[in-house]
Amino acid sequence: MNADLAIQVSGLNKHFGDRHAVRDLSLQVRRGEIFGFLGPNGSGKTTTIRMLCGLLLPDTGSGACLGYDILRESAGIKRRVGYMTQKFSYWDDLTVRENLDFAARMYGIPRRREVVDRALEGLGLTNRSRQLTGALSGGWKQRLALAASLLHDPELLLLDEPTAGVDPAARRDFWEELHSLSARGISVLVSTHYMDEAERCHKLAYIASGKLLAQGSAAEIIHAQGLTTWLLRGNDLTGLSRKLQGLPGVLQTVLFGAMLHASGTDGLLLESTLRAITADSCCRMERFETSLEDIFIYMMNRVDTPGTNAP
Amino acid sequence: MRLSDEFSPARWWGMVLKEFLQLRRDRLTFAMIIGIPLAQLALFGFAINTDPKQMPMAIISADGSDITRTIISTMKGSGYFRIVGELPSEEAGRRALAQGEVLFVLTIPAGFTRSLLRGEHPSLLLEADATDPTATGMALASVTQLSHSVSVKDLTGPLAALAGGEPPFRILVHRLYNPEGISSYNIVPGIMGVILTLMMVLMTGLAITRERERGTMENLLAMPVRPLEVMTGKLVPYIAIGMIQSTIIFLAARLIFNVPFTGSVVTMYLAAFLFVIANLTVGMTISSLAQNQLQAMQLTMFYFLPNMLLSGFMFPFHGMPRWAQILGNLLPLTYFNRLIRGIFLKGSTLPLLWPNIWPLLLFTLIMMAIAVKFYRKTLD
Ligand SMILES: Nc1ncnc2c1ncn2[C@@H]1O[C@H](COP(=O)(O)OP(=O)(O)OP(=O)(O)O)[C@@H](O)[C@H]1O
Ligand SMILES: [Mg+2]
Repeated sequence: MNADLAIQVSGLNKHFGDRHAVRDLSLQVRRGEIFGFLGPNGSGKTTTIRMLCGLLLPDTGSGACLGYDILRESAGIKRRVGYMTQKFSYWDDLTVRENLDFAARMYGIPRRREVVDRALEGLGLTNRSRQLTGALSGGWKQRLALAASLLHDPELLLLDEPTAGVDPAARRDFWEELHSLSARGISVLVSTHYMDEAERCHKLAYIASGKLLAQGSAAEIIHAQGLTTWLLRGNDLTGLSRKLQGLPGVLQTVLFGAMLHASGTDGLLLESTLRAITADSCCRMERFETSLEDIFIYMMNRVDTPGTNAP
Repeated sequence: MRLSDEFSPARWWGMVLKEFLQLRRDRLTFAMIIGIPLAQLALFGFAINTDPKQMPMAIISADGSDITRTIISTMKGSGYFRIVGELPSEEAGRRALAQGEVLFVLTIPAGFTRSLLRGEHPSLLLEADATDPTATGMALASVTQLSHSVSVKDLTGPLAALAGGEPPFRILVHRLYNPEGISSYNIVPGIMGVILTLMMVLMTGLAITRERERGTMENLLAMPVRPLEVMTGKLVPYIAIGMIQSTIIFLAARLIFNVPFTGSVVTMYLAAFLFVIANLTVGMTISSLAQNQLQAMQLTMFYFLPNMLLSGFMFPFHGMPRWAQILGNLLPLTYFNRLIRGIFLKGSTLPLLWPNIWPLLLFTLIMMAIAVKFYRKTLD
């Protein structure tokens, strides 16, 4: 076992009845790393995270979190991991303070009052601490849940879509906080659907239909797919996008507002197709760094329609 | 590291506090805690009148005299009986009883007065329809006093010699159709066990399934709190509720229904405590098995009905068929009914009650083991 790794699991499988929710999944997360976990809805992110902290038992596979075996030593994991569930899971009929206080008691945190006071202050909820949690807005609930999962100074944070429904300013604060935690050596596994957040992670993993499709830094993942992308600007991009579908070399078109991304693995073929098209329409085209979003859409489509796989 | 895997009183107390806080804010449950016992008491106590008056009585008189008329009017005076008329024969009396036209038939035999004057202590026959013993019980109890009160007030002149000592005549009571004849006092103490069964099982049954349904179970499971701490922590508030409900019913029994209480209050609370725990473990088992609150509710009803029907609350235990008695012997309410009736009505003490205490203890242990075994430590 490698002491540098906060999470090291291999060959994880999980079935729910007939559904194979997670297939042969292996992950390595280094200590102090912010590890982004991406994938479409229902791809198995939550299921994987639950297996990591002992909430679900994998059917097969093995591994360790913070050096504790995920199958046998889940008690040790629970004490040192901060887990934030995707669906808000604090008690609506307790006040904000009572929820934090309860969490603090469960983790046996010394000088509880002080810790809870500090957390409330950090949240900016000091004067609403007596409010029932159910009355908080969605974004505030997320922030409360995050604060609660940090109370016991965990060594590893498992955050399942922590910023869903959170406003941009709070999201920025949140990511700054994550980076300062990471600088202190705390490891973070965070699932998200936001590309800007993915770009802020040290490492990424992309999962679709329970299969891990890519793992590494953003640059590595982009490079590994070998996609070339061109940016097209002009009028009627929707029509252009439709025209491009199925043309030689064009594997994918994605519309981003006033821009169209056209990608393919055969750069030369793609370029010549695009030049032919743009010649007789009033479009401008330029070479573009393939973005993470292009890559994820590309990977997702390849899983869904295996017949169209590029060679 | 081993150490923190063990039961932690601090975490347990945190759990208890949380449950109390949540309970305090749950108005509906709070209303149920007070409301259900009161509703049940009203239903079984008042609506199903334990002390009905003015019940129809027919008379078969083969001897009409001043003395028999005095006896009849004294019976009327008690308020329990309403004379609906005379019947010609014993046969007619039986028919009237069987058809439910009257609840009582009083037979005055020929030569009653003469025999009374001779000091032969003759008997009157009072037949009662005891199908519903709660209906006739009080009336029959009042009749036993009758011969005394008649004798003292009305035997003057030559009859005065008969006053004092042995009553001048007897009233033979025949309870028809249901010789066992449970007294109405059985009902109100019995309600205590019925309510505790329903409330304790239902509320703990919901306690854990509620967490599961709301998604808070995932959070609880992710925390380093042990199953035993979660379960026992959740039990404490319900123990308190059980004791409050026992008190409500005890006070109602004494103050509203005037049920005699011959035993010790401490023994009663001890029995109630044991019984509450037994039911809480059932609730825990249910909440370990049920997927959601609806299922917990259904399982509670599934458990509650046989308790209600086979424990001797609704029907006299010894009047039930053999198979029903065997089933009844598996239910904690059967033992609690015997305990609470023994304490209320017979003044039973702990040693006397022991045969009905150990089955409760055994039941609790078994249920607790099942509940802990089935408690899911994961979301699977
Ligand atoms: N308890 C369960 N019982 C049955 N099926 C389940 C259960 N939990 C998850 N699944 C199934 O497993 C698959 C993976 O679900 P999971 O929640 O892990 O996806 P996800 O990647 O977290 O999705 P999202 O982005 O929507 O949160 C889904 O198809 C889901 O329907
Ligand atoms: Mg999810």
